[in-house]
Amino acid sequence: MTGPHDGWWVLGSALKVVILFAATLILVMALVYIERKVVAFMQVRIGPNQAGPKGILQTLADGIKLFFKEPVTPRAVDRPIYILAPLLSLIPMFLVVAIIPFGNSITINGREIFLQGTDLNIGILFFLAMSSIGVYGITLAGWASGSKYPLIGGIRASAQMISYETCMGLALIPAVMTTGTLSMRGMVEAQSGTWLGFVPRWTGLVQVIPMLAFFICAIAETNRPPFDLVEAETELVGGFHTEYSGIRFAIFYLAEFANMFTISAIAVTVFLGGWNGPGFSFLPWLWPLLWFFAKTGVLVFIFMWIRASLPRFRYDQLMSLGWKRLIPVLLVWLLLSSGIQAWINEASNHVAGG
Amino acid sequence: MGLDQIPATFLTVQIEKLVNWARRNSVWPATFGLACCAIEMMATGAAHYDLSRFGMEVFRASPRQADLMIVAGRVSQKMAPVLRQIYDQMPEPKWVISMGACASSGGMFNNYALVQGVDTIVPVDVYVPGCPPGPESLINGILTLHEMIRNDELLRRRTGPALEVKPA
Repeated sequence: MTGPHDGWWVLGSALKVVILFAATLILVMALVYIERKVVAFMQVRIGPNQAGPKGILQTLADGIKLFFKEPVTPRAVDRPIYILAPLLSLIPMFLVVAIIPFGNSITINGREIFLQGTDLNIGILFFLAMSSIGVYGITLAGWASGSKYPLIGGIRASAQMISYETCMGLALIPAVMTTGTLSMRGMVEAQSGTWLGFVPRWTGLVQVIPMLAFFICAIAETNRPPFDLVEAETELVGGFHTEYSGIRFAIFYLAEFANMFTISAIAVTVFLGGWNGPGFSFLPWLWPLLWFFAKTGVLVFIFMWIRASLPRFRYDQLMSLGWKRLIPVLLVWLLLSSGIQAWINEASNHVAGG
Repeated sequence: MGLDQIPATFLTVQIEKLVNWARRNSVWPATFGLACCAIEMMATGAAHYDLSRFGMEVFRASPRQADLMIVAGRVSQKMAPVLRQIYDQMPEPKWVISMGACASSGGMFNNYALVQGVDTIVPVDVYVPGCPPGPESLINGILTLHEMIRNDELLRRRTGPALEVKPA
């Protein structure tokens, strides 16, 4: 929040909101298509190629079809919650987009505009809060559907998400200690520059284990395979969205893919240096954007790669991975990491104090 | 005024074309296999024939999200109510392909245990002949269905007789 808060600032912020919202929607549509193509190529198939050139309009066709499909409301559902649940899982995902720093700043008309919705000073806590609220959407969808398989799916979702939320918080603490800030832009700026002139100062290169743990938690948080027990087709029909049809189902779909993108973007921002990277004097605002999207794209690709390669976990395996493996390892790492950090601070205080 | 009374002007026809294009390109089948024909249906979905080209690899486990029911195999008298229930759970618009001789007419099983043609239980849009039909036949049936959806009206009228469709 730099500069005076005048009319232009309000206009600029409103414009940012519109652009972010539209861009996220388009990005999600592209992601669905890319995922289907990537998985198809990994399974030696062709993938969608009939809707539009090379099938790029496949998601659009799916969307229009679902929009014009009959939205069934079964008799046993808890109506207000049943209708509210998809929105409850979608909106937090879009709110997280607001705190992601997509790039550095553009100077237009002598005014510096940051390529970020808003820089909250508690950005990372805001992200954790929003991803916790997202759980409610899935749990309540299962609860309100009034039938047994969605209920089991919803209960599984709440247990899984609470477990992995803990891991995720523990994985983020070392990163916060290293960068010394909770603000997303502050984290990116703390990771600028290099060690020894060529190794980038990314948090993930020091906090390797938290980074890997965060990524595992990210897969569990987004309910992606191999942790998609919430919608395990072999056991639970469709899981929490069994009773949803038409546009309400599409909203769940949208939320899942938006979540995949935002959580990759958060991982890039916290662990992989955000938009930091070699830039050039030609169009200086463009390179950070490109770096950010390249890094996020790699992470999203890994999501799809894992989905195409690994079979689904059993539920007890999922729980024991979270509580018996990830959390102890992260706790020990946290202890070590904070000890080393305290020692470094002490040493630098001595140097500074003389 | 109901949707069926909207006059066919330029704008509404364009919308109808768009919706039919979308429906044609995104026919999600229900995960529902009955007998040996289901093996051929799976082969159609697998790598060599690859139904995902038509955006159809997403076999939905929940009938609430499915558009197409491929009745793949013989329908026993015991299965008939189950099949009808799944059909009823699918939201409109929905289509049915009767795959293979047994589903279409009872085939070689002319006895008390089997339904003599699934069209006695649910309205069938496309019959695919064969025992079992190979993936090519099923894909031909699906393309015929696509052609049918392309010429469809936005609101389907279940009361009338089945539409006559020229082969694709």
